[in-house]
Amino acid sequence: MLRFTIHRILHVIPTLIIISVISFFIIQLPPGDFLTTQVAALEAQGESIDPAQLEALRVRYGIDDPFWIQYWKWISNILLHGDFGLSFQFQRPVIDLITERLPLTILLGVATLLFTWAIALPAGIYSAIKQHSAADYTISVVGFVALAVPNFLAALVLAYVGFAYFGQSVGGLFSPEYVNAPWSLAKVGDLLEHLWIPVLVIGLAGTAGIIRTMRANMLDELYKPYVTTARAKGLPEGRNIRKYPLRISLNPFISTVGWSIPSIFDGEVIVATVLALGTTGPLLLAALKSQDMYLAGGIILIIAVLTVVGTLISDLLLAAVDPRVRFGKA
Amino acid sequence: MFSARRRIRERDRAARAAQRGLAGAVVDAAELSDAEAILDIQGLKTTFHSDEGTVHAVDDIDLVVRRGRTTCIVGESGSGKSATARSILQVVDNPGLIEDGRILFRADPEGPVRDLAALRSKGDAIRSVRGREIGIIFQEPMSALSPVHTIGNQISEVLELHSDLGPAQIRERVIDELNNVGIPRPDERIDAFTFQLSGGMRQRAMIAMALIARPALLIADEPTTALDVTTQAQILDLLGELKVELSMTMIFITHDLGVVAEIADDVVVMRHGKVVETGPVDQIFHDPQHDYTKELLASLPQRSAPLGEPEAPEATPAVGDAVPDGGRPGSVDVVEVVSDPRETVRHEHPQARPLLRIRDLRMEFDAVSGTMFGRRRKEKIVAVNGVDLDIAEGETLGLVGESGCGKTTLGRCVMRAYDPTGGELLYDDGSGAVDLAGLSQKQLLPYRRQVRMVFQDPYGSLNPRMTVRQVIGEPLRVAGLARGSELDDRVETMLERVGLRSSMASRYPHAFSGGERQRIGIARALITSPKLVIADEAVSALDVSVRTQILELLADLQDELGLTYLFISHDLSVVERICDRVAVMYYGNLVEEGPAEQLFANPQHGYTRALLSAVPVADPRVRGTRERVVYRPDEGESEESAA
Repeated sequence: MLRFTIHRILHVIPTLIIISVISFFIIQLPPGDFLTTQVAALEAQGESIDPAQLEALRVRYGIDDPFWIQYWKWISNILLHGDFGLSFQFQRPVIDLITERLPLTILLGVATLLFTWAIALPAGIYSAIKQHSAADYTISVVGFVALAVPNFLAALVLAYVGFAYFGQSVGGLFSPEYVNAPWSLAKVGDLLEHLWIPVLVIGLAGTAGIIRTMRANMLDELYKPYVTTARAKGLPEGRNIRKYPLRISLNPFISTVGWSIPSIFDGEVIVATVLALGTTGPLLLAALKSQDMYLAGGIILIIAVLTVVGTLISDLLLAAVDPRVRFGKA
Repeated sequence: MFSARRRIRERDRAARAAQRGLAGAVVDAAELSDAEAILDIQGLKTTFHSDEGTVHAVDDIDLVVRRGRTTCIVGESGSGKSATARSILQVVDNPGLIEDGRILFRADPEGPVRDLAALRSKGDAIRSVRGREIGIIFQEPMSALSPVHTIGNQISEVLELHSDLGPAQIRERVIDELNNVGIPRPDERIDAFTFQLSGGMRQRAMIAMALIARPALLIADEPTTALDVTTQAQILDLLGELKVELSMTMIFITHDLGVVAEIADDVVVMRHGKVVETGPVDQIFHDPQHDYTKELLASLPQRSAPLGEPEAPEATPAVGDAVPDGGRPGSVDVVEVVSDPRETVRHEHPQARPLLRIRDLRMEFDAVSGTMFGRRRKEKIVAVNGVDLDIAEGETLGLVGESGCGKTTLGRCVMRAYDPTGGELLYDDGSGAVDLAGLSQKQLLPYRRQVRMVFQDPYGSLNPRMTVRQVIGEPLRVAGLARGSELDDRVETMLERVGLRSSMASRYPHAFSGGERQRIGIARALITSPKLVIADEAVSALDVSVRTQILELLADLQDELGLTYLFISHDLSVVERICDRVAVMYYGNLVEEGPAEQLFANPQHGYTRALLSAVPVADPRVRGTRERVVYRPDEGESEESAA
């Protein structure tokens, strides 16, 4: 197990290097750079910029350096000083922009994830055990509807319902009076009042997929001979299902569980934008639109790293629960 | 420890509920049709309802199992023998349902008689019978045991459910039981996972699980079908010994009449969900009443003496006591032979011109051990280790051995499905020898039409989305040999030749039975007019009666078309019946080779002798008269004597 863990971790390093190069390359792909976007925006407003000043800015930001030099400056600052660079748009360090949004982002992400699992896993297991029953079909229909309705639409509808029937302020995670208020019980209550809409919207949409995979995995395992063997030992039905088929049918779920870690971080960009949530999702969107490359690059890099780390966690978890993986037999 | 206490409380509750349930199912002992009966099935009907309709898997059967005896239920696939066994414990696969009938069970000879069919299938009452009073062993131990729990965990569970022992005592009992079923180093193996054990060891673990609560009745549902013949012999011996030792009653389900002859006291023959004949084993084999029983016996390979009639009247013992009670006697004469597996015994014999000469053929596979970082420590698995073998034109060469011995690999090397690591495959159809092993894929094309293969699995080897016409015609179309109506004509002619109707050409494979599919597979192999056909376990997946038909077809086609067969099989009786020459393989080595009669009558190599002595003989009268030979390779390097 230890060997397996070390090997898997060693394997992560080259992946991360490649990912960082690729994400830096991608954010540089669109024609032009941050300054040309800025100049265009200013000119559209009828202002003009001194070419000498522009040139000074270009040098200062190193925009005309070759790709590898820019990449090296960027990545070495991140690794050595935790410095993700300066956001052109906000004129503030990228790391500050991200960290001030991080607590709420993680809160929303974790709440959504727990909500999704709490609903989807039992629903999937139940609909497998009661295959072809009314409950099975109802669960499937609800899951598919939630999957099919576009997130932003559901967000808008729920926001409208909240506003029209419950008199809630719409948008954001706080009512206006609490946004800049210090933390208090009332502020937490206000947060919870706002949190349910995005959690419900994002969470429900995620359930369908998990319900279907869980149901299918469970159906595959439920009729395996080892379940009959356990039954023939005299094991009660409920304990049998929990100990044998459920344990094995969770494997595919565990092997993808790590992928939800990056989604905790980036949230649902569109829903967050529609609901004006103060999470990192809308920040990434804004950064990409304005070619704010250090901000965008920083966020993308973090998401990429979390994806790799998440996969690593999944692999380790899977090895922990499934001896076949641990002994290299599956 | 909270959960442990709760579990005990739950168990006590279940035990009380079980008592009430069982008390409700008590039947007067006078209702048993035989006072000796431990199990008396009366009018049992088990039905499978599905969208495609209703299948009466068990259709109104009566069956008595007498205490202390081994009752074999025989029948082909779909005869309802497994469904009967599972009905007894009410663990019939979904959507099966016991519709009618009584299953009277008397665990204790003096105890109350209970009707198991009257119990609720998920209730506490039947659960208290399962595992405790009736144990069951299934066919494929790999899938019948959970792959993610240790065997110790799974065996302990029986005692957790049915005894008051604490965890430490349970562990001790499990280790003890593993020892009883002949698992070496049981204190280590208890923490092993199924995939770390060999097939035989897994089945032993399964037996330990079924027996640990000392049930009065053991149901063994094809327990040796998935095992090699030498392993099968060991498991049968083990079951026989345990049965005597624990004074159990056994129901043994099998399709193999050889096994029946070896172990049965009473035999029940089933077909299409009905019991067609019951009787003591000697009567079933030597004086069968029902036509179907006679048919089954007739499909057996004809060994030494003709079956179905007693050799001489005075030799016929009184029906019923021909065989000592208790099945296979506990003490079998065991002889151990040691010899070098790398030495090949060749029987001298005149030979026709060889069509294929295999010279020093080697096939090695790289087994990458460890993870992706451990690449440097490559292990080589030598699947075929320098085999020399000639296949004469027009003959049938049987290649036998147990799983993992390299016989299939050898066949695939000849096909050039694998690229051999070394050696020559000299193919000579009269126009000069060509080394197939040295040809490039392109040069090989013409020979691909001359060397063809018939596969084992009639279901997996036909593309379900291609019609029979496409399946059979594909080799010709790919080779560009025929098109359009000419292709259709040839496909239809071939269909008729293998005993199917030409009108079947536009159907899809799912519309055919296993035997018909295998005919399609044969048609596909023969459509290019090959010289050499490799039949890799081509009849292993078929029922005995269908197997006979396919073997006859292969023989007819050989006569008509002058084919040469390389017949790969683990089933020695089939090989003895149809092969001119036989080659025996053991862990990649060719250990013996010679004409079939000579090799079977006078095996020279230790392994061949062990193999032949393990084959069950389909005659209950020779039971216990043969000595069992056990082979041990004469070198330290080969792996531990796997069971």
